[in-house]
Amino acid sequence: MKHIFKLLSVAGLALGLATGAQAQEKLKVGFVYVGPVGDFGYSYQHNQGRLAVDKALGDKVQTTFLENVPEPDSDRAIEQLVRTGHKLIFTTSFGYMEPTLKVAAKYPNVHFEHATGFKRAANVATYSARFHEGRYVQGVIAGKLTKSNIVGYVASFPIPEVVSGINAFMLGAQSVNPAIKVKIVWANTWFDPGKEADAAKALLAQGADIITQHTDSPAPLQQAEAAGKLAFGQASDMIRFAPKTTLTSIVDNWNDYYVARVKAQLDGKWTSIDTWGGFSANMVNMAPFTNMPEDVKKLAIDTEQAIKSGKLDPFKCPVYAQDGKEVPCNGKGALSDGQVLGMNFYVKGIDDSLPK
Amino acid sequence: MDISQSVIMTIMTAATPLLLAALGELIVERSGVLNLGLEGMMATAAACGFAMAIVSGSTTVGVLCAVLSAMALAGLFGFVTLSLGANQVASGLALTIFGLGLSGLIGAGFVGTSRPPLEPLFIEGLTDLPGFGKIIFGQDFFVYTSWILILAILIFLHLTRAGLTLRCIGENHHSAHAIGLPVLKTRFRAVLFGGACAGLAGAYLSLVYTPFWSPGMTAGRGWIALSLVVFAAWRAERVLLGALLFGGATVLQLHAQAASLGLPSQLLSAVPYLATLIALVFMSLGRKSGTVTPGSLGQPFVPER
Amino acid sequence: MRLELSPRQNVWPLFRLLSPIFAMAMAGLLASLVIMILGQSPQAAFDVYVLGPLDDSWAIQEIAIKMVPLVLIATGLSFCFRANLWNIGAEGQFTFGAIIGSILPLLTQGMGFGPWVMVIALLMGMLGGALFSLIPAYLRAHLNVSEILSSLMLVYVAQLLLDWLVRGPWRDPNGFNFPQTVNFDAGSLLPVLMDDGRLHAGVILAGIVVLVSMIVLSLTLFGFRVKVIGSAPKAAGFAGFSSKETIFAVFIISGSLSGLAGIIEVLGHIGQLKPSISTNAGFTAITVAFLGRLTPIGILFGAFIVALTTIGGENAQIMLKLPLDLTTCFQGLLLLCVLVSDSLTSYQIRFVSDKPSPTTPIEDA
Repeated sequence: MKHIFKLLSVAGLALGLATGAQAQEKLKVGFVYVGPVGDFGYSYQHNQGRLAVDKALGDKVQTTFLENVPEPDSDRAIEQLVRTGHKLIFTTSFGYMEPTLKVAAKYPNVHFEHATGFKRAANVATYSARFHEGRYVQGVIAGKLTKSNIVGYVASFPIPEVVSGINAFMLGAQSVNPAIKVKIVWANTWFDPGKEADAAKALLAQGADIITQHTDSPAPLQQAEAAGKLAFGQASDMIRFAPKTTLTSIVDNWNDYYVARVKAQLDGKWTSIDTWGGFSANMVNMAPFTNMPEDVKKLAIDTEQAIKSGKLDPFKCPVYAQDGKEVPCNGKGALSDGQVLGMNFYVKGIDDSLPK
Repeated sequence: MDISQSVIMTIMTAATPLLLAALGELIVERSGVLNLGLEGMMATAAACGFAMAIVSGSTTVGVLCAVLSAMALAGLFGFVTLSLGANQVASGLALTIFGLGLSGLIGAGFVGTSRPPLEPLFIEGLTDLPGFGKIIFGQDFFVYTSWILILAILIFLHLTRAGLTLRCIGENHHSAHAIGLPVLKTRFRAVLFGGACAGLAGAYLSLVYTPFWSPGMTAGRGWIALSLVVFAAWRAERVLLGALLFGGATVLQLHAQAASLGLPSQLLSAVPYLATLIALVFMSLGRKSGTVTPGSLGQPFVPER
Repeated sequence: MRLELSPRQNVWPLFRLLSPIFAMAMAGLLASLVIMILGQSPQAAFDVYVLGPLDDSWAIQEIAIKMVPLVLIATGLSFCFRANLWNIGAEGQFTFGAIIGSILPLLTQGMGFGPWVMVIALLMGMLGGALFSLIPAYLRAHLNVSEILSSLMLVYVAQLLLDWLVRGPWRDPNGFNFPQTVNFDAGSLLPVLMDDGRLHAGVILAGIVVLVSMIVLSLTLFGFRVKVIGSAPKAAGFAGFSSKETIFAVFIISGSLSGLAGIIEVLGHIGQLKPSISTNAGFTAITVAFLGRLTPIGILFGAFIVALTTIGGENAQIMLKLPLDLTTCFQGLLLLCVLVSDSLTSYQIRFVSDKPSPTTPIEDA
């Protein structure tokens, strides 16, 4: 039996060498996605980033992806990429943090990049985007446009990224409309179009006239359109799903980052760093502002510019927590990155209780 | 539209795909066949229906293709389990795996495409009646179909000879065979009918509920539909009750959240499952012991010698 | 023309052994056709799908790791299914076992206790799974509530409970409020058996479970009772076998093995609790149990097929850029082929010409 395996492995090796010889100069870059590339949301945008790498560096790089990888299977998936010769591997979901670190410890000569995590190693870099900057701009738009003063928020899971998004949205809205209220529904899923649609309908029925979402499907937008209300898209530009309703979408843009990091790897300049970029790093974009009057559009563009240039921080101090107490200001004139990354409180004016 | 009316409309939308799929499965199981492939048939139908609606520009063509694609899968299941006598449970599960994969292959080219939803019925003077107008006269094709199906199934099972034949075969295929009833033919037709209903449910998901296609959009609804058949003790009118109960609990927990009740969202999300379970417990308490399951359910039919 | 089945009187044992191989050949033929249509070489695909995962120690270990929860759960389910009890909530018992089993490793985290934490955790995992399976068992035995619905509904409840725990009370205080517990102490985890891979002691436990259940099913009165109650409930009643007792017994076996699988996954390679600890093993195991004709050896084979094609599918995505959905399709087709060839070994199939009169089948009786 052992003999057979040995024979087979020799054959496999020969095969590997044969294909390896042609692609020897090409750097192999791997991507691990938590969802299907066809979700038109989170994983879809990461895949757009991969395609951008192909386009920019296709002559020197060969990219591969594994989609729909469940977290408990990710150790194996990542290691399989290493074992097939991939030298730079992007693991694009928070749940891949420990698996990425485990595999990285075993293969010090391979470089890893983990999205949205907080643990690094000599060969593991981390990266994420300041999505809350986009949420603040959405808040400003919603504050201006709402007539009922109620905004509906379809949320996924109470993790810091989602909570800080809700807070940034609220702070943006309050900056132009102090009376605004936000109603939050936790769908307890990232992706279930039917349930997201039901959540949006519940919010619309309870008086919301603008819907925003932190789940991945365009279903809430479509419901808002059917009800003749307004809404924001998520992760990619979703205007084609609701042309009369979409105000703008927050677009995750990994293209520049991925191209830059693969370039660094090619040039031998890759180092383990932590990147947390927003508008200014071009990691978060706003899709064109539509379905709104010119003055609101101008205000939105100005707000985006102010954040981009660093003049405005969505979490500029003082920030008041739900109970009215001021949140300690650990950063320079604003909450520190650490406070935002681990956010587990609501700001004043949100009368929901945070799931604990 | 006042809030209670809109809540009822939302509940019906959430209940309809469950109802359609469960009604089809009910007939299949009443004939003595257990097809666990609902999820796979629904997924394939959702993808096929959406793809063909986009290609042809016609919702009708989309719905037809959805139904036909699910029937094709059901036919495959029927061939394997009825003609070849393979294990029904495992074949149904394999069908689900196959259908989910197939839906991904079919739908891949249609990611990010959108089309307007099916228009609901509007009758001047009736649909705009206050209170119940929209609920009775403002639904779409699928909702009315599901209502008609319930009636048709009740009539078929209890008032027609064919229905009696089907029930006999489901209860005891050997004695049914002995008195000359066509066991396999009836079962094959029932399986195809189940496929057609699953096809309607799938089409509803991608053409009405949320008019776009995405992988995994069935999100476990096939399994819920399967357990609703059990909940209903294989009776059509109780499938309606179960679907409304489950859909209602789903929608109301979202409303409870929007109204800021302050309970953990996980607890509220568990409400539909717990409510269905508790309802079943109470319904069982009121019933004398004894089983209501079709006697031959899940067993392959091999003529005795 | 139509097909008619009749049971084969004497099945040649070799025939049964060859049946899965025949099935794989059949599935391979179908798959080759599709792959050729897609413009790839079927031979390369065979190398990647089937040989690739078998070509070295690491990959074989990965197959074994993937098989562990499937084998454990499916073995437990085979007891339920033999007794005609449709426990389809193994996924929930898996999750609840992982939760209960994790209590001690969580409490003792950072205290550096030895492997006895692991041993107790494994036992508590089994206990958790068993407790959770008592709900559908009780409802079925005493209130005649269908176990199909109750066990399935409880899956979602267990998952939401886990979700709440890791986002709330059990959240790692230093984890930036992300939904996960602390990493358990290395001493509380299952020992790793090889130095070139991740194979852990769970594989030994799974092996023991398979052996024990072979003995129980074939040699003990209990095993006999389970079979009789499933195939002939009335006869079992005459023989004085209590169906209530059996309901509880098989649910406890199935629940504790699912719970064991859950805690083994946590202590074997995840090392902490987080919202998703399962790859749907509880549902996949149902397929595995039936692929294996509800026998322990057959279950080993079924789990092997599922594990091999899963890993082969990842290979195909990497090496051939074949989409995951295609692999899923193949997996479904392969399972159907196995079932068909299995039934071809048990039944003889004859073509008979259709006769108009509905009473013709009588001639067979």
